[in-house]
Amino acid sequence: MGIDIRLPIGILFSLLGLILAAYGFFGDASRYRQSLDVNINLVWGIVLFAFGFFMLLLGRRGMRVAPQKSGSQSSHSSGHNR
Amino acid sequence: MTGIDWLILGLYFVFVLGIGVALKSSVKTSTDFFLAGRAIPAWVCGLAFMSANLGAQEVIGMGASGAKYGIATSHFYWIGAIPAMVFVGIFMMPFYYGSRARSVPEYLRLRFDEKTRGLNAISFAIMTIFSSGISMYAIAKLIQTLRIFDGTFQRLGLNGSWIFDFAILISAVVVLAYTFLGGLSSAIYNEVVQFFLIVAGFLPLSWLGLKSVGGWSGLKAKLDPSFTHSWVGMGHAHTNPLGVEWFGLAMGLGFVLSFGYWCTDFLVIQRAMAAKSMSAARRTPLIGALPKMLFPFLVILPGLIAVALPTPPAVTHAGMTATTEPQGRGIIPYKLDATTGKPALDKDGKPQLDYDLAVPNMLLHYFPPGMLGLGLTALLASFMSGMAGNVTAFNTVWTYDIYQSYIRPGATDQHYLWMGRVATVFGIAFSIAAAYMANRFNNIMDMLQLVFAFVNAPLFATFLLGMFWKRATGHGAFSGLLSGTAAAAVHHGLTLSAGAVPGIKGGWLGLVHTYPSEMAQNFWTAIFAWTTCFFVTILVSLLTRAPEESKLTGLVYSLTPRPEEEPLAWYARPVSLAIIVLAGTLLLNVIFW
Repeated sequence: MGIDIRLPIGILFSLLGLILAAYGFFGDASRYRQSLDVNINLVWGIVLFAFGFFMLLLGRRGMRVAPQKSGSQSSHSSGHNR
Repeated sequence: MTGIDWLILGLYFVFVLGIGVALKSSVKTSTDFFLAGRAIPAWVCGLAFMSANLGAQEVIGMGASGAKYGIATSHFYWIGAIPAMVFVGIFMMPFYYGSRARSVPEYLRLRFDEKTRGLNAISFAIMTIFSSGISMYAIAKLIQTLRIFDGTFQRLGLNGSWIFDFAILISAVVVLAYTFLGGLSSAIYNEVVQFFLIVAGFLPLSWLGLKSVGGWSGLKAKLDPSFTHSWVGMGHAHTNPLGVEWFGLAMGLGFVLSFGYWCTDFLVIQRAMAAKSMSAARRTPLIGALPKMLFPFLVILPGLIAVALPTPPAVTHAGMTATTEPQGRGIIPYKLDATTGKPALDKDGKPQLDYDLAVPNMLLHYFPPGMLGLGLTALLASFMSGMAGNVTAFNTVWTYDIYQSYIRPGATDQHYLWMGRVATVFGIAFSIAAAYMANRFNNIMDMLQLVFAFVNAPLFATFLLGMFWKRATGHGAFSGLLSGTAAAAVHHGLTLSAGAVPGIKGGWLGLVHTYPSEMAQNFWTAIFAWTTCFFVTILVSLLTRAPEESKLTGLVYSLTPRPEEEPLAWYARPVSLAIIVLAGTLLLNVIFW
């Protein structure tokens, strides 16, 4: 349908990751006492950004592949259709 | 909530609505709206299949059970979901998808007759409205209890008593907007987003929690052994925290209730019907089962950690005397009596714990601003997509099975598309009404949920016989369903759980048997309902005229050619996926034995 779901997921999680990482990087370190002195915003922000970026790549590739295949049954493994 | 938390929540709302707007242009026919044009890839349907069930009540409830019963709660996943998900994918999906029925009730009409469909459609439509209303109520209550919006409301000079209404309104409007615009595809896309958000919000919670208690071994050392084993003690109802013996667990939960839900509930089946091919439809529940198998570590584990943490010292409010006793267990506080403000006591005079606060308190305990916003957004997202699941299932059943069948048959497709959108609006309006009803009359809601349980319990017997026994007739199915429901009600009326008083908890017809726990009573009610339905359906079917075999092709196992396998890689074939999932589940059961 319409758009490849991996694109919006990619954009959302890259943005969430960036926001969290930036907030963790520039913010006050003392607030991480409750998270066991782990700067969880920075660490998890980077993880989410990496995930979002990966989904963006997959989604872009999917959108480029989709028009060529439209009409035909694309029937390969689950991660690659559309 | 601070600025950064609001920013994250706001970003999520923008995306949810954006997806609805972006998908609007691809909704041209009623099939696009109700069945997502049957064009969704398997992995998307699979994640949606799993997430539609993962409402906030599930997340909160599983954490609460984890705190109350320990790792045995994972039976609700490993026994109570995975086998049924495998069964529906491998054996039942060929008939749901292959029959081209547009809904579960419609399958019942094709296989049996109009009255069986009508019974299922009407009870299902009412049930979806009430369950979305009840979950709306639950989340609004939670937001109120946690005081999430209190600070913001104060700063804006708004009355704090509006928080409940605000929470209901905002979620209703957002869900309405995206399901109205994009229909089922919009709901499915948002369920996939929610899936990733839940993982993003809860994985660090489990990680930090485990880290602070010294890992799984540290957690084991802090808790009673019955909390960290799922099967030890299941031999007898009195030797495990659930109060159920293995047979009641395996039959009641593992067979009747779980197959009844995962194999017949249109809310989840609809996600598979939206798949783009037969093979994608069959793989949908199996792909959903892969993460489902691991979800206990995200939603149950935080509950266990919450009881293992040291209890914080009591906060002394002005004008109240300071107490030195711990005010709860772990970071779970006592449940407070609404009128006296003191802890509510159970039948033994011991204070009750407010287990529903296990997961929210864990979020507040470990997450600084930023991550807290993400965690709360994940909770809110799970609530909204659970609600959207109900709403999309409702508008489909209403439009196809009630409106098109009994009110206005033969109209144009555009008319039914229009009706679907209208049904979305009044479905949500009714849910809001149900949420306020739940707020005013708690008992009515308990009673309704009980009635739904009676109606649902026998359903799987009907589908099992319908799909695998060609002799089953419409009269048989209909009388089986009614007598199964009646059997559930009678069993409930004649039994009680230990310590309960006759009334809503059972025993309203007299007392024949007392179960060690409410859970055991529920499981056995389901077992009685299923068995009654099964045998009455067989008996009445044999007494009535056999259905014509020519009409049952594609609907019954023995009269349907085996689905042709698409050329897929070995690991992506439905049967291989099923074996992987079952082996993984078995392994998990052994590890946490």
